[in-house]
Amino acid sequence: MALLEVENLEIAVAGQSEWLPVVEDCSFSVDNNQTLGIVGESGCGKSLTAMAIMGLLEQSQVNITNGKIWLDGENLLDMSAGDRRRIMGDTMSMIFQEPMTSLNPVYRIGDQIVEALRQHRKMTSAEYRTRALQLLEMVNIPDFQQRINSYPHQLSGGQRQRVMIAMALSCDPKLLIADEPTTALDVTVQNEVLELMLDLQRRTGTAIILISHDMGVIAQTCDEVAVMYRGRIIESSTTAGLFANVLHPYTRGLLNSIPAIDSETEWLDAIPGRVPMLEEKLSGCAFHPRCSYSQPKCADTLPAALSIGESHLVRCHFAGELEL
Amino acid sequence: MSEPLLDVQGLKVYFSNPATRLFSAHDAIKAVDGVSFQIAPGEVLSLVGESGCGKTTVGRVLTRLEKATAGRVSFSGHDMLDMSQHEFRPLRRHIQMIFQDPFASLNPRLTIEQTLQEPLMIHKLAHNRAEARRLVVDMLEKVGMGADVLGRFPHEFSGGQRQRIGIARAMIVKPQLIIADEPVSALDVSIQAQVLNLLKRLQAESGVAMLFISHDLAVVRHISNRIAVMHEGRIVELAQKTRLFEQPEHDYTQRLLKAIPRIPTSLGA
Repeated sequence: MALLEVENLEIAVAGQSEWLPVVEDCSFSVDNNQTLGIVGESGCGKSLTAMAIMGLLEQSQVNITNGKIWLDGENLLDMSAGDRRRIMGDTMSMIFQEPMTSLNPVYRIGDQIVEALRQHRKMTSAEYRTRALQLLEMVNIPDFQQRINSYPHQLSGGQRQRVMIAMALSCDPKLLIADEPTTALDVTVQNEVLELMLDLQRRTGTAIILISHDMGVIAQTCDEVAVMYRGRIIESSTTAGLFANVLHPYTRGLLNSIPAIDSETEWLDAIPGRVPMLEEKLSGCAFHPRCSYSQPKCADTLPAALSIGESHLVRCHFAGELEL
Repeated sequence: MSEPLLDVQGLKVYFSNPATRLFSAHDAIKAVDGVSFQIAPGEVLSLVGESGCGKTTVGRVLTRLEKATAGRVSFSGHDMLDMSQHEFRPLRRHIQMIFQDPFASLNPRLTIEQTLQEPLMIHKLAHNRAEARRLVVDMLEKVGMGADVLGRFPHEFSGGQRQRIGIARAMIVKPQLIIADEPVSALDVSIQAQVLNLLKRLQAESGVAMLFISHDLAVVRHISNRIAVMHEGRIVELAQKTRLFEQPEHDYTQRLLKAIPRIPTSLGA
């Protein structure tokens, strides 16, 4: 069994009068030393899936309606709230997109790192400080001995994200979930932060789930990729396998939408329409209204997940038959 | 190059540094520090760079939202920076802006018709309501929207549709120059592609010149004729786009190009 196994996860959010499904039949796994990328456009359910694993969903608004989340052989959804709190930030931790809003502006960063540590490890004050310094050094904060006393606003965006990573790694998590960790950063800084995460993985063997809308970031960083559209994983494979053989029209459309950096074209091959709103009920394949290969069957029947080759899964009636 | 539409020479914008102590010499933050470029009629020039490089400040000076510290900007022969607000008003029609955030740049209390009618009325491009409505409907059609949206409010639209409305608002007065500051960076990739295609088509059809400000090099390569790379308030390299990407000369440009994560090419787009 892999370190993390998500099985048929279903999440619903409270709508006007009923619960609306936002994530459906979502299954994937990540093991030690592995990086899984989850890619998709806004509203496809990628962040909610991450929050569900972490146990951060606001129960009155969002509900896990079905499924199992196995971490190290234990189903997280069967655990008591207290047990989950003990795991959160210890065995698994999370990095968020906005490094400015995820840090407390009125505390020094050293104190914030120690605060996270204090939840899970018993040490003397001096030991806490030593560990905090060690973490700041590990994430390459320049002048970390002085910086430990800085407030978040005194750091650059990239440095703040490094501090977030330091906090997330303070208890040597087995699983690290990074939700758009570099989206708010400049490209040159983005590379440093991604490289830092991978470097830590090489040293500690942490499993990483990287959530991103950026195919380039995913291609460069991940071993495996899952593409989500409207709450479902519509295609998943090893990164090399996916880019060598794209099987779902949505994945192809997403790739075609990105302007090429190394060549020039007159027009982009854009996917028509937009991601449907949650309230819009759709039968069959959720992508069919925007798909140029759509057949009557696509509007009627939900395509099952077909397994093609080794570890390549795709939800499309015509997988493998289309010239994408 | 033919007579430039916009000629920017030695533009400097300094801000006073709030962190400077009371009695020490004031050191200014040099947001823009001697920037010069020209845009020909109908040309698309991009300003590209990382956050804090000064690209947005340049755009804000050109729309007179920010005051220049030094330098000269001439727009179709008029020296823009020395003008009074009153003298500048007739030029304003010809320099329009498209903003980054489609959620913040439309007045939530105006219907789409009112939003698009307002510039027509201010610049006296329509003489009566019927004429204004006809122009508004024509423009909406050009951005891929129907007359059914006239009475609706911005909150009823998605980000991509709002950006189309923002583009319509800038284009409806038939300007000579559009300053587009990160117009697609808030949009999802599939919507971004649609809006980029739209911008490119409208630009080609109308022959409007454009200053396209962005941090995204792939987007910039797609839309521009020429590209200026900014770093720490200066333009470090300015070239035709193909040349810039294939033979970047400046260190910083090379570093920037190398930093972009590539999608494996085996998938051949």
